[in-house]
Amino acid sequence: MKWARAAAVIFLVVLALVCLLADFLAPTSYAHQFREVPDAAPSRHHLLGTDALGRDRFTRVLYGSRVSLLLAPAAALLASLLAALIGAGAGLAGGWVERCIMAATDLFLSLPWLFLLITVRALLPLNVSPMASVTITFALLGCLGWAAAARVICADTRALCRSDFVLLARASGCDGFRLLWRHIVPNLKPIVYAQFWISIPVFILTEANLGILGLGVAEPLPSWGGLLRELESFSGLSGQPWIFVPLVLLILVVSSFHLLMENEELTA
Amino acid sequence: MSGLAKCAVKVLLTVLLGGFLGATLVRMAPGFGVDEEELDTRLSHESIQSLRRTDAADSNLAAFYFHYLGRIVRGDLGTSRTLQRPVSQLLAERFPETLKSVGLGLALGWALGLPLAIFVVMTRTWYVDLFASMLGGILLCIPAAVLALLFVLMQAPGRLVLGLIVFPKVFRYSRNLLAQSSDLPHILTARAKGLGNARVLLWHILPVTAPQLLALAGISLSIAFAAAIPVEVLCDLPGIGQLAWKAALERDLALLVNLTMIVTLITVIANSASDLVGHAFRTVEP
Repeated sequence: MKWARAAAVIFLVVLALVCLLADFLAPTSYAHQFREVPDAAPSRHHLLGTDALGRDRFTRVLYGSRVSLLLAPAAALLASLLAALIGAGAGLAGGWVERCIMAATDLFLSLPWLFLLITVRALLPLNVSPMASVTITFALLGCLGWAAAARVICADTRALCRSDFVLLARASGCDGFRLLWRHIVPNLKPIVYAQFWISIPVFILTEANLGILGLGVAEPLPSWGGLLRELESFSGLSGQPWIFVPLVLLILVVSSFHLLMENEELTA
Repeated sequence: MSGLAKCAVKVLLTVLLGGFLGATLVRMAPGFGVDEEELDTRLSHESIQSLRRTDAADSNLAAFYFHYLGRIVRGDLGTSRTLQRPVSQLLAERFPETLKSVGLGLALGWALGLPLAIFVVMTRTWYVDLFASMLGGILLCIPAAVLALLFVLMQAPGRLVLGLIVFPKVFRYSRNLLAQSSDLPHILTARAKGLGNARVLLWHILPVTAPQLLALAGISLSIAFAAAIPVEVLCDLPGIGQLAWKAALERDLALLVNLTMIVTLITVIANSASDLVGHAFRTVEP
């Protein structure tokens, strides 16, 4: 499977680079309307045609991929850091502190993910600028997606605290922050990395679900969720298979992350 | 403390904590404490004062919380702000629809996933494994909302989408679990002694994996409920998922929080029940 993982890495790196260079590669702005050619077929001017509002679909796919592909890892980083803080804190404290934190984590985990997300999303303003909606969406994912990872990290921290080398370090007079920084944190790194990689595809898919439901990134800023909403207007008779491009891209990206994730899980 | 008592405490804690969080969210919602009835010109000064006295009872968070819990215990879940109807009435109307969808989805997901995993592990046919893994992998990469949209485009029954969401999780997890169990030394010994596939599966593999499979059953319920939101919205199924979405768009937090709490309660009970049965299996197992 090494070749498949290598292909996944190359694909993700190339896509990330293309998305980063969207400002140079895109023929126009993602919000610019070509009012005379709505729903146009692919052509030399519009590589993937235009949407119902006459916006260039290739440009929107580039910018949409940039939003989803770069902000999902940012949200995953936030979730992993929170999970590391909460999980490692609970594991290190042990006793009733650990039991209380883990009970709260269990309760948090029993909340169905999308129900929790839309409840908290509804608490925040819905009619906001596109940039604010991006920040809210991904910050929410990051702030609410820590629970499963915290459980794993707590179990790992507890195991580390009981390990022989930590016992030896304690016996040698190493304690407190030094013990944490020199002995526990380096050994927690693989598990935190694994949780980071696991969270990315979950957040990408959740953003897509929220976007299709109209609770994600606000128009005119594109994201995969927003781009996939176009499928609502698809019909076999209209014959526009190119509107499936964002879906194909999403499947390729998520499967690439799944391939990488398997590798990280093995490493952890 | 016995397992049953632990589960009861867990459920009670969920209700209390969920109720507290719910009450806090409702109280923090914009427009809380503003009563449009006060603007009615037909109301007398005394009636307005009476309305204000009623609202004043909720001004303290602790008082509001106890008031809120008391109402929940009496089965009064409040009134939806946007639909102007009691939440309990809305639930009674819509919950059977969601239960039907979730039940069918779980039945389909498990009916496809578990037998396929058993077949793959017991027969070790690589091409079936490859096909099922690829199908599961692709389904895992498609958001529930897109699957629902594709079903709408194909004019297929929307409820089946939940089955396709549950299937890959059931298949992957149970295949790995069964494969690990089938490599255990006592299984190899049983095979070496000439026991047939069916006997090895029913007597030696399934009892070992039963607790984990039961835990997966509990989790799959939570997955199905969460996926019910996009599926019901896009396939126009009038269940609580669709109601939750409408409540979110209208910022009807009283309704949304109650829906989330009820779904959470169901998943907590289901997970606790699966834990209890799994624990019983572990105790019975020699």
